[in-house]
Amino acid sequence: MVKPKVQIENLRLSYGPKEVIHGISFDIEPNEILGIIGPAQSGKTSLLRCINRTIEFTAGAKPTGTIRVDGEDIAKMRNVYELRRRVGMVAPLPVGLPLSIYDNVAFAPRAAGMKKKSELDTLVEKCLTQAALWDEVKDRLDSLGTKLSGGQQQRLTIARALSHSPEILCLDEFSIAIDPVTTMRIEDVLKVLKKEMTIILVTNLVQQARRLAARTMFLWNGEIIELGPTEQLFGDKPKDKRTYDYVNGIFG
Amino acid sequence: MSAHTDITPQATFAETPFTRKKRTQELIAKCFFGGMAALMVIPLIYIIVHVVAQGWQSLSWDFLTTNPRLGGAKGGIWSVIVGTLYIVTFSLCVSAPIGVLAAVYLNEYAKESWFTRIVNLAVVNLAGVPSIVHGLFGLGAFVYAAGMGKSILAASLTLAIMTLPVIIASTKEALAAVPRQFREACWNVGATRWQTIRRIVLPNSISGILTGVILQVSRAAGETAPVMITGVAVFKAVEGTGLFLYDPFREQCMALSMHLYFIATQASNVAPSLPFAIATVMIVLVLAVNATAIAFRSWLRSRKKW
Amino acid sequence: MQYQRSKTGILIERAIELLIRLCGISAILFVFGIFFFVFREGAPFLSKLNFAEFFGSANWNPNSQNHPQYGVLALIVGTFSVTGLAMLIAVPFGLGAAVFVSEFCTGRTKETLKITIELLAAIPSVVWGFIGIGVLSPIMIKYFHATVGVNLLNGAILLALMSVPIMVSIGEDALKAVPDSFREAAIALGATRWQMVWRVLVPAAKNGLLAAVLLGVGRAVGETMAVLMATGQSIRIPHAFTDPVATLTATIAAELGESNRGGDHYQVLFLIGILLFTITFIVNLAADLIVKGVRRK
Repeated sequence: MVKPKVQIENLRLSYGPKEVIHGISFDIEPNEILGIIGPAQSGKTSLLRCINRTIEFTAGAKPTGTIRVDGEDIAKMRNVYELRRRVGMVAPLPVGLPLSIYDNVAFAPRAAGMKKKSELDTLVEKCLTQAALWDEVKDRLDSLGTKLSGGQQQRLTIARALSHSPEILCLDEFSIAIDPVTTMRIEDVLKVLKKEMTIILVTNLVQQARRLAARTMFLWNGEIIELGPTEQLFGDKPKDKRTYDYVNGIFG
Repeated sequence: MSAHTDITPQATFAETPFTRKKRTQELIAKCFFGGMAALMVIPLIYIIVHVVAQGWQSLSWDFLTTNPRLGGAKGGIWSVIVGTLYIVTFSLCVSAPIGVLAAVYLNEYAKESWFTRIVNLAVVNLAGVPSIVHGLFGLGAFVYAAGMGKSILAASLTLAIMTLPVIIASTKEALAAVPRQFREACWNVGATRWQTIRRIVLPNSISGILTGVILQVSRAAGETAPVMITGVAVFKAVEGTGLFLYDPFREQCMALSMHLYFIATQASNVAPSLPFAIATVMIVLVLAVNATAIAFRSWLRSRKKW
Repeated sequence: MQYQRSKTGILIERAIELLIRLCGISAILFVFGIFFFVFREGAPFLSKLNFAEFFGSANWNPNSQNHPQYGVLALIVGTFSVTGLAMLIAVPFGLGAAVFVSEFCTGRTKETLKITIELLAAIPSVVWGFIGIGVLSPIMIKYFHATVGVNLLNGAILLALMSVPIMVSIGEDALKAVPDSFREAAIALGATRWQMVWRVLVPAAKNGLLAAVLLGVGRAVGETMAVLMATGQSIRIPHAFTDPVATLTATIAAELGESNRGGDHYQVLFLIGILLFTITFIVNLAADLIVKGVRRK
């Protein structure tokens, strides 16, 4: 029996008086792509931010319950920065830091202590290649990351997320602000990356989950409505009627 | 078909009495408001020209580089300029670092709570405190309570507290102009708060921070009330034209602002152009510093990175 | 990642963060300390203070041997009359200029005008005071038939020129905050720019414009040197615009030197300082609360 990579046990999250995640529990298997679908304001982004503990930067956010990575309770981890390096995060809107493209990708390794230029060079090239951006920028690594197009900036964000060799990669509606062609390229990248890491794919595009995820979870109003093999949720007979309605566009 | 009902481009856009009336109204409005703006600019120009013209007679290289004699009625203003330089430099060496770091704390570290809100409110309100009240504070806190006596140190620290809230406020504004998503992107890859501040936030707000500090230089140089009761003397005889090494704990010094006040109101047997000359020096100093800050700010805006 | 940050690196970061926290706390201390120290010097007199006389009497005779009087009514009237008159002049010009810069001006002219106004704000108050004595005073005597050149009107004109820049700056922010859709809707309905400004923009921006005026008032009330030099420092209630007056701020500056530390006169001057602190605090607080609403849009 393979141990789960991530175990969520009875996670509750409140923003002030308002509870947005109501005690959910589930496991994420290693090297799988888990899709999370659901309408807006369901707690999908908040869930991801609990996993890498950036929820702590939001004033008034109070998570309870336990999240384990490789069996270890993340709330008890002394070095939260190490945790954030084990979990890569890609936000919905592309963000190029106001540094050179090289420095964008080298930012995380430098922050972790990597200093040798040769190592950084190799790493930058590897991550940009994995993110399907190397060919477009290899001649202008010095130019500002903020001046790239939206699609390029999103791939740059992915390269940045890969630069600290995460074990878990979280993607939060990554294709919202980019064109379909770039989306396809990134999806191909994800199919390859799944061999090296566990991927959590939050998406508004129901079809994207169908293409990429082996298992999918339907999260609505902070509760898990259904979790199972993707084909089951998208087929004719999902366990819950609400899943069928959402997937087929009857609401949401 | 009459001209009024022709549907041709010429007829549609032709001038009618109505459009003519509208255009005149526009012109009147523009002149009216423009006049109001002009009525502020004109006094400024008139004042500067008048002051410089009147002070011209006393202005000379000698004037700027010799020390005052006879209580300031004769001689130059060299030691006065040096004194101003001292208190302004001392005070900004204290208030700039503390102010910038305090703003970093308030904007980047402090958790949102009723307490931080009160502190922020207090900072903003302190920026509006009358200068004489700053002088009273300096008197009570530095001159008496801390036992510094009327000295350069007391005067400098008083000026420092006066410029501190404004530096905090302008630094916070510069820091807040850096978009939040940059910080979040850094946190997501495991950078600490300080690493984020050092690599992204500070380098991209340094322009705004510097502008704010430079503007306070001219304010510190121009203030009279806070320093006249805490450590700037009406007259202090000094010999030579070096950069006198005052003992900041015991000695007072002279300053341009206080000197102008004294010469203009209380000195006797003074050449009429003397106060104008001092005022000219002050105006030139202040305008030069502010113009530098403004030019710096414009240049940095043109190099915007996002 | 297998990499470790160097131990010194981590130590330095901890030290810097400690320094930042210390500065933050010290700033908080200074901020409240001002009130504390001013109060401390003046507080001993509070028990002896006759509040009715303090606020209600215009007799200010601190140096009288037998019967010193500490009525600050004349000073309060002095402060508010100079400020009031200054605002009467400054508000139309300041807001008018704000409208001009915001709505009728573009590109180069706008930049130049804004810079000029900013430079106007930079002139030190002692220089303004000197202008009052050296430039305005003869004008007062010659054209306004004043007996004394340094008087209420003189001070008011200077204060107006000093508070206009901040009114233009905040006022312009307030007008900028009004969404363009308002302007476009008005013009689409056929309004002239004047009508758009008067009937649409000003009502929409009235909070911010009010805050601008309040901040100008705060500036004027707190001004010391310019009024000290240009209002004649005569402690009595004025009856005409060309009468000399004295303000709260100027009186403190003028008389502190001649008072003995710890004496009654000295302590009362500090109490006046507290009064001033309170007035400007209220004015700035009101403006700040309104401005926060405007700038957040």
